[in-house]
Amino acid sequence: MVEIIEKLLLYCQFPFVRYALAVGVLIALCSSLLGVTLVLKRFSFIGDGLSHVAFGAMAVATAMGLANNLVLVLPVTIISAILLLSPGQNSKVKGDASVAMVSVGTLAIGYLVMNLFSKSSNLSGDVCSTLFGSTKILTLTQDEVMLSSILSVLVLAVFVFFYNKIFAVTFDEDFSTATGVNAKAYNLVFAGIIAVVIVLAMNLVGALLISALVVFPALSAMRVFKSFLAVSICSVVLSVFCALFGIMVSIVAGTPVGSTIVAMDILGYFAFCILGFLTRRSKV
Amino acid sequence: MPQLECQDIVLGYEGNVVITDLSFSASEGDYLCILGENGSGKSTLMKTILMLNTPVSGQIILGDGLKANEIGYLPQQNIVQKDFPASVREVVRSGCLNRCGWRPFYNKTEKQMAEDNMDRLGISSLAKRCYRELSGGQQQRVLLARALCATQKILLLDEPAAGLDPSASLSMYSLISSLNSEGITVIMISHDIAAALEYASHILHLGGGSCLFFGSKEDYLKNRSGSMFAKPEVDKWLK
Ligand SMILES: Nc1ncnc2c1ncn2[C@@H]1O[C@H](COP(=O)(O)OP(=O)(O)OP(=O)(O)O)[C@@H](O)[C@H]1O
Ligand SMILES: [Mg+2]
Repeated sequence: MVEIIEKLLLYCQFPFVRYALAVGVLIALCSSLLGVTLVLKRFSFIGDGLSHVAFGAMAVATAMGLANNLVLVLPVTIISAILLLSPGQNSKVKGDASVAMVSVGTLAIGYLVMNLFSKSSNLSGDVCSTLFGSTKILTLTQDEVMLSSILSVLVLAVFVFFYNKIFAVTFDEDFSTATGVNAKAYNLVFAGIIAVVIVLAMNLVGALLISALVVFPALSAMRVFKSFLAVSICSVVLSVFCALFGIMVSIVAGTPVGSTIVAMDILGYFAFCILGFLTRRSKV
Repeated sequence: MPQLECQDIVLGYEGNVVITDLSFSASEGDYLCILGENGSGKSTLMKTILMLNTPVSGQIILGDGLKANEIGYLPQQNIVQKDFPASVREVVRSGCLNRCGWRPFYNKTEKQMAEDNMDRLGISSLAKRCYRELSGGQQQRVLLARALCATQKILLLDEPAAGLDPSASLSMYSLISSLNSEGITVIMISHDIAAALEYASHILHLGGGSCLFFGSKEDYLKNRSGSMFAKPEVDKWLK
């Protein structure tokens, strides 16, 4: 035990470990906060879908010979996220279906463009890092840490400020509109925040981890708690705990960071399933 | 001046006209009951009044100091998902949102109002329960409490007694009529003609793509062409 703590302390002297911890925890916080709403709006897979959009945009940017791919990739991903999220409850195509269409469509187009115009030698490497983020979390710079801190504070503030509106509009959009609440505008605001968070987080820690961070804490909390407030708080606490614990385990055991965090989230989910079962049993 | 006035409105969805040339009005304290068979456009009318649909043509005028954020609404079916975590108290409070403006949280008055409305509908004991785990009738009461939080002036109810057992629907109707006697204007869609004739002050009967009758209940009963549409029920009720 003492050995493990010593090892952790030793590693924490390296800035990249501290950065990974900070960014990991902050992104876990933001995405789990937004995750509850995303899961309820049937957008659980938005992280994955957007990573495919990013891949498609990257293929096009490479084919066009742009020096900096991000110039095209970031705006395209953010715009598609907003287009996907802003229609709300009354869209003709429901959330999961629209994400599926965009995700598969952009993946195919991206691959097509890549085959037709391939110039870059390292394209498969680029693709891999967009989809999985691979080791990105261990190579963060100080600027990226700053960026994610500012972003997290912003997301937290906006979420708290709009908390009641988020609840009402997600729960019953028609009632909100009917009683004079501008649900469309709020939908657009949430879509904007979610888009920025997911796109930036995707670049920092990879799409695989984002999707996991969106669904697992929210679904775990929903197994036990029955009110929106309790679910929101619980999913944030659980997500931050899993991220912290996962990063530490990965340092000590030398496992890949992202997958270790996801494994922790899976464990958390099972723990909450059992907890939910027990609390329901004890009530009866 | 009436609180709500519709002038020659034409309703429809994307080019398909559902009702043409409909004119009616409702003043403060009225109890207007909208009758008509399935698909006659009752819900469409209500959604148009609430600006969830845009009318094909014509005007809907809010008057008598009524603002768009002072309307309460009870939808026909609530499409709330089975997995939505929301306590009864959270749902009822969300009705107060339209008076918040930019203020992020509910103030004392609004929280108290939510409690009062739960009391009024006899659901205080359910406050902490999960909304989705309630029975249909209990859910209907929760949504009515939410609608009451949204307004003190006018309530639009789309089949409030749908799916309720006879005694629950009876208490729902008498509850609505007691709200009406407290001065809240009620516009209600119902298939229950007996209840409509008992409580309503005005009747709007839709059918065949237009308005078959609009006027006071007394006229509806007297007017042969009016009562014709629902003759058996009216006869039964008159006995
Ligand atoms: N979203 C929609 N898009 C297109 N047409 C619609 C839509 N909703 C309803 N309609 C059509 O409009 C007509 C009126 O529907 P509406 O729901 O207003 O009927 P209703 O009088 O409320 O019936 P019910 O008694 O069954 O509730 C129907 O013919 C229906 O097919
Ligand atoms: Mg209807």
